[in-house]
Amino acid sequence: MRRGGFISIALAVGWRNVHTYFTNPAFIVPGILFPLFFFTAFAGGLSRVDSIPGFDYSAGYTAFVYGFVLLQASAFGGIFTGFSIARDFESGFSRRLMLAAPRRGGIVGGYWIAAVVRAGFNVLMITIVGLITGLQIAGNGVDLVGLYTLALLVNAAAMLFGSGVAMRLRTMQAGPAMQVPVFLILFLAPVWVPYDLLTGWVQAAASANPLTLALEAGRGFIAGDPTKVLPAFAVVAGLLTLSVLWARGGLRSAERAV
Amino acid sequence: MSRSTVALQVGMLARRSVVRTLRQPAMVIPALTFPLLLLAINSSGLDSATRLPGFPSDSYFEFALAIAFVQGALFSANSAGTNVSNDVETGFLNRLSLTPLRRVALLLGQLAGILALGLIQAVTFLGVGLVFGAGIKAGVGGALVIVAMSLLISLAFGCIGAFVALRTGSGEAVQGTFPLFFAALFLSSMSLPRNLIESDWFRTIADWNPVSYMLEGIRSLVITGWDGEALALGFACAGTLALLALAATASALRTRMART
Repeated sequence: MRRGGFISIALAVGWRNVHTYFTNPAFIVPGILFPLFFFTAFAGGLSRVDSIPGFDYSAGYTAFVYGFVLLQASAFGGIFTGFSIARDFESGFSRRLMLAAPRRGGIVGGYWIAAVVRAGFNVLMITIVGLITGLQIAGNGVDLVGLYTLALLVNAAAMLFGSGVAMRLRTMQAGPAMQVPVFLILFLAPVWVPYDLLTGWVQAAASANPLTLALEAGRGFIAGDPTKVLPAFAVVAGLLTLSVLWARGGLRSAERAV
Repeated sequence: MSRSTVALQVGMLARRSVVRTLRQPAMVIPALTFPLLLLAINSSGLDSATRLPGFPSDSYFEFALAIAFVQGALFSANSAGTNVSNDVETGFLNRLSLTPLRRVALLLGQLAGILALGLIQAVTFLGVGLVFGAGIKAGVGGALVIVAMSLLISLAFGCIGAFVALRTGSGEAVQGTFPLFFAALFLSSMSLPRNLIESDWFRTIADWNPVSYMLEGIRSLVITGWDGEALALGFACAGTLALLALAATASALRTRMART
């Protein structure tokens, strides 16, 4: 039963999606373009913001923005993979796939591989652009492992959330249902200025937003000054657990529909 | 063909375009909610930027209000392009080419839906701005000028969307141009005044980006009052873009109708 095992299914589905991704500009461009827009627009257009009294991030504004865009690119890499799942359901491919695969969890595993590759590519592009435009990472090797592990976990949580939605609704029209919650959770964190400089309802929203901790920890890693590491990993692990349960429910729903 | 016939043709197609645009919630709701959402998040998240020396307003909400108008207009490109590409894909334009319909009537009629959507957006954003405490320094007249400029910007971007649709005949191609419009907005003086942009390369792009002047034209009426230079530049950029896009769309329509 080796050929029908979890790993072989995951690798096959992952390879198919990675291949589709890299051979179709319509898939690559949006995933890379939006985080790049945000990075260039914020790091370039808002760099003066680090002169605001109370802005106390030592690594500079480009690094501050990079911390956000890194998580954004990771999350979008996951969500866009959710779009691929929805598209596969619409085209009927997923139905055939589910009939053929004895270990259907491997299908989700395959999409996760694709999500990691997509996010990895996006992050690589953004990091290259960042380094060209003056990004300075003060963190050491251990900090970087922490930073990119955090990004990987956010990517997995977003992908599993997206797959749960896609497998329940099984249509591309589910796109906004995947994208909007992730967009909101990302932008209701301290995106442009540190938490202490936020005002009004956004500060209240940021204090309740689990991603605020992840963002602050990520920025701490970049600055070489790890902060709130354990709470951040705990919160992201919690999100990941919820996403696993959500995706598993989605898979069950899709199985019932086959 | 008399003028009244052309007017009748424009009227019929305009009615179709307006009804078709407004009866699609997927076209109207995002065009209203996304700019407002960005405005809400931006204005709270960046309020501390008003503490920068030289920032032109005490309220970032007032500063950012202009973004909603221009971002809303960007949706016009998408709406116009989607509608026109739909007409190409379904063969509606093919059938029209067999009738004595004037191309100018078709063009003006198609753009009416965009102007209707643009008007709804402008009035909504203005209303939301006033409800949440933005004062329009230029007064009632200034509010009317904001609506007029907003419509001109909608027309300009709507024509670009229609041009892409006519050239490619594909709704997917229209969707693919959306990130480019987004880039034009983000690489402008959207978040800070140009004199406060620190990065030279970004300020240079913002200086050359017509969207900066469209934003500054609207923004000047909200936070400064009547600023002739900002208004002249805003109207000149929006008007020139609208004229160029209109000419390109007319040319693309001629090619498209000839092919069919």
